[in-house]
Amino acid sequence: MTASDVPNTRSRTAGEKKFDGFFVGLTTAFAIGTGLLLLAISFIILMAAIPAIREFGLQFVIASTWNPVQDAYGALPMIYGTLVSAFIALLIAVPLGLGVAIFLSENFIPLKIRTVLVFMIELLAAIPSVVYGLWGIFVLIPAMKWFFGLFGLQFIGPSMLTAALILSIMILPIIIAISRDSLASLPPDLRQASLGIGATRWGTIFRVLIPAAVSGIVGGIMLALGRAMGETMAATMVIGNSNQISLSLLEPGNTIASLLANQFAEAKGLQVSALMYAAFVLVIMTLVVNILAQVIVSNVKAKYD
Amino acid sequence: MVEQVAAQTNQTKTSTVFKIEDCDIYYGSYKAVRDVSMEIPPNQITSFIGPSGCGKSTILRCLNRLNDLIEIFHLTGKILYHGQNLYDSDIDPVEVRRRIGMVFQRPNPFPKTIYDNIAYGPRINGFKGDTDEMDALVERSLKRAVLWDEVKDKLQESGFSLSGGQQQRLCIARAVAVDPEVVLMDEPCSALDPISTLKIEELMMELREKYTIVIVTHNMQQATRVADKTAFFNAVPTESGGKVGYLAEFNDTQEIFGNPKETATRDYVTGRFG
Ligand SMILES: Nc1ncnc2c1ncn2[C@@H]1O[C@H](COP(=O)(O)OP(=O)(O)O)[C@@H](O)[C@H]1O
Ligand SMILES: [Mg+2]
Repeated sequence: MTASDVPNTRSRTAGEKKFDGFFVGLTTAFAIGTGLLLLAISFIILMAAIPAIREFGLQFVIASTWNPVQDAYGALPMIYGTLVSAFIALLIAVPLGLGVAIFLSENFIPLKIRTVLVFMIELLAAIPSVVYGLWGIFVLIPAMKWFFGLFGLQFIGPSMLTAALILSIMILPIIIAISRDSLASLPPDLRQASLGIGATRWGTIFRVLIPAAVSGIVGGIMLALGRAMGETMAATMVIGNSNQISLSLLEPGNTIASLLANQFAEAKGLQVSALMYAAFVLVIMTLVVNILAQVIVSNVKAKYD
Repeated sequence: MVEQVAAQTNQTKTSTVFKIEDCDIYYGSYKAVRDVSMEIPPNQITSFIGPSGCGKSTILRCLNRLNDLIEIFHLTGKILYHGQNLYDSDIDPVEVRRRIGMVFQRPNPFPKTIYDNIAYGPRINGFKGDTDEMDALVERSLKRAVLWDEVKDKLQESGFSLSGGQQQRLCIARAVAVDPEVVLMDEPCSALDPISTLKIEELMMELREKYTIVIVTHNMQQATRVADKTAFFNAVPTESGGKVGYLAEFNDTQEIFGNPKETATRDYVTGRFG
């Protein structure tokens, strides 16, 4: 709309226009700054990791000794631990979270109760991870000891499985919240269309609603995976911090994040650089997960619109 | 009026499809529609017209129990479908909706391919045939909705890649793919351009051979063009300050438009209100 030919429309003052421009510039700077932050962090880590990269090269990710005395470092057990604990956490949390999300997005129970439940689930995300860790040590581990005792199994306590269980609880709210939002934001037409040709409620949920919301759901799952891979405190407290690869989930293991948390304070020399290298590997891993998520989501979307 | 309806039904060989008896429809404590009784004949197009908010959609959605999705909805009276009350406790609404399909105001294809949009209904209803038979069913349904020629080369593309009018015909094809007896349409053309509207109207005339069609329309020309019978619904204010819809007049379409018995009908069809 031009100001001159429309009555009752005042033209903008020069000051206003200037402020507008300034505002656009400011927000652009913030946005770019956030992106640069990611680059800056990765760059600093990479810089600090260079001595270790020189020393070990790609050998670092396939070697499995971590020996500060002899300055020999390989991160395979931690990479393995990070991936395994995160994937088992997903294995538990995805079906559970999706189920809860479906339940909360449908009208199985009155809206009031649903609202309370949603609020409580969101609170689950607000519990500090050190509290989860304590809960793991004092509640979960004794419970698991008792459970495995029933089968006559010796269970030491801190283990990959314990960590995976704790992680699954921690990522549950993310999966529930995002899946529920994407299910709830589907147009009501879709549900009616499906029911209108004689689909059952279950048929509608599993064959129309979930496929339609899949990009949001996958996005949520990937976000949760990233969170599980990077989670430090709770994992450190219950995983046992043993730099070994064991196929048994009941044995202790380690993740990159807990390795960093445990060793950074006392590390010096090449060890610092090796830890930085491990951190860099973790950054790359989460980056890959996120990129993968984007690719999956956009592939699924492309099919539809 | 009632005699006329009865006479009309006697002429056609088969019986009445729907017989609505003394229906009051409520949303919570709000009475949206009162005291509707009417009979809908088979293999004809029956249109519902009337000012907005008088309960046309409400009644239409009772005919296949789609209103069950609304928690506060309830109904008194009977809706007989071939003599069987649809609201009897032993009736499965899922089965009802399979026999009585629905096309909505806004085209609402599934976010699936054109092929899967059609195949969905048969699949969930336990279609036993192989791929060839499904292909044939998809083709037959799309042909019935006069969409086949336009989409036969892109069956694997998304339903959303079609134009609005094509999407609506896709929805009609989807509805007929499960071989219903009745197709309900709630203002199926109100989101479409005139050319698409004409296509859908032609399609309805063809579908009439095989299906009973009930259509809500706010377009009176459309009612005169396609409908065999027309029901005029009106709304009147109630003491409590709200308004309640009722069936003002139901007759052959020519009668409703050419020789209405009620003043309200005459005012409406001559465009004096609504
Ligand atoms: N889901 C609902 N909940 C409560 N009231 C509703 C609902 N749907 C429709 N109504 C009310 O019922 C009346 C009839 O609505 P509707 O059947 O949509 O009219 P029409 O299709 O003739 O325009 C309106 O007063 C409307 O506000
Ligand atoms: Mg309506």
